[in-house]
Amino acid sequence: MSQHFDAIVVGAGPAGNAAAYVMAKAGLSVLQIERGETAGAKNVQGAILYADALERIIPEFRDEAPLERHVVEQRVWLLDERSHTGMHYRSDAFNEDRPNRYTILRAPFDQWFASKVREAGAVQITDTTVTGLVRDDDNRVIGVETDRDGAPLLADVVVLGEGVNGLVGRRAGLRPELDPAHVALAVKETIFLSEEVVQERFNLEGEDDGVVIELMGDVSAGMVGTGFLYTNRESISLGVGCLLANFQETQIPAYVLLDRLKAHPSVAPLIRDGETREYVAHLIPEGGYDAIPRLAGDGWLVVGDAGQFVNSAHREGSNLAMTTGRLAAETVVALKHEGLACSAAHLARYRQALEQSFVMKDMRKYRRLPGILHNNKHLLTTYPRAISQAMQSFLRVDDVDKRAKERRMLGQFRQARGGWRHIFMDALKMARAWR
Amino acid sequence: MTSSNDVPVPTQRMEERLYTNRYLVDEGHPHVRLRRRAIDSDELKSLVRLCPAGCYSKVERGRVELSLDGCMECGTCRVVCQATGEIEWSYPRGGFGVAFKFG
Repeated sequence: MSQHFDAIVVGAGPAGNAAAYVMAKAGLSVLQIERGETAGAKNVQGAILYADALERIIPEFRDEAPLERHVVEQRVWLLDERSHTGMHYRSDAFNEDRPNRYTILRAPFDQWFASKVREAGAVQITDTTVTGLVRDDDNRVIGVETDRDGAPLLADVVVLGEGVNGLVGRRAGLRPELDPAHVALAVKETIFLSEEVVQERFNLEGEDDGVVIELMGDVSAGMVGTGFLYTNRESISLGVGCLLANFQETQIPAYVLLDRLKAHPSVAPLIRDGETREYVAHLIPEGGYDAIPRLAGDGWLVVGDAGQFVNSAHREGSNLAMTTGRLAAETVVALKHEGLACSAAHLARYRQALEQSFVMKDMRKYRRLPGILHNNKHLLTTYPRAISQAMQSFLRVDDVDKRAKERRMLGQFRQARGGWRHIFMDALKMARAWR
Repeated sequence: MTSSNDVPVPTQRMEERLYTNRYLVDEGHPHVRLRRRAIDSDELKSLVRLCPAGCYSKVERGRVELSLDGCMECGTCRVVCQATGEIEWSYPRGGFGVAFKFG
């Protein structure tokens, strides 16, 4: 293959698919390369799809995409060993024509998205691993090498949507190695039940309504991490993830955390008699704004997880992947129309577009959060336990008078954190991280 | 922080856990290799517990052994051992390795 493309996209996840689709739709010649036997075969996510990011790329996606359930209820549970303290928000307003959030299964979803990329006119090759970048004498990136026989594949620009663990850009020195303190290891099981059982257990009206539960506290056994339970049409995605550096410190296997979660008295009844049909593991970039690498250079751009685009405070990632992919693609399309080269100077427009979008604004807003959580693990353990104790003494009716109960509850809080000053400082730190 | 001793050992064996996963094994082309040193580093030893697919195990005389059968290509071992140089990590050849059904 000696054809020269306008753009080569490495990877067929949400970022790569968004980039390839937008460029192909605009008439550019696009080659997309995926190492899995199909798109999605190597990809892992919880998974929640945020509709807005996709709607801006494929407005009619709801008619075709394999969606599981739209989210009508969000729960946040603080776990201790035997209890959960929960906040639930359910609204009939989420039963709208164009729902905002859906649960999805990434393998079928990515296959669908990739099929749209082909429909838009891109050339797509699967079963092919990109092994390196090709540069010209001036060190500009002009294409890629793969593990297939044949000449290098050449293009004006290479869009790297190769994921969190992507090796191509890293080995080419375009971005630094992952830091165990800034990357989470997550494991998940997909547990099958019947549609009816999912609906009964989560109090759902129909086959399209779904519930999302975010889990904090004992789920991470003292590490910085969270768990999640998402309802799919006829399955439940149950997972947990913590910072890799914390796993190194505690030496707790990730699957042990998952087994503990499955056995938790608040979770076990929800998955009872379910059949696990897949167990997966994946890294999640958690370094936030300060971990974002250089995003563009002569002949290359980086999008999605490869660029560390995850907002861990709001559990957003796939929407950032799609949006970075779209903005990268729009940058390349504009340069083509203006007859400008894909040089570092011109591709810097991509960074500018990101700065003006919610992507960089949100990433910057939570800049301090990774550091604060990493250095204050008690935030995720001490408080859930103290809250559980408080709820216990509040709800149990006995011969202790209410004022004495209140004093005991406050005392337990103070004791748990070694004084009010610490609690005040914790609140201040969290407020500043959120500011 | 909780230590590993406080957490009960899982009841499920790793083979059972990975049984439903789908793999296309590239016989004779392992995508992760050990570059052994005289003594295994603490990082390498830690993978016996850290690898979510249980690919690393301790065998006779305490040496760490690698079996890629259940590898989910997450990259944990690559990141953990990046400084020690004991792991040579590349992606499997195109089409091979784990193939997620649901992801």
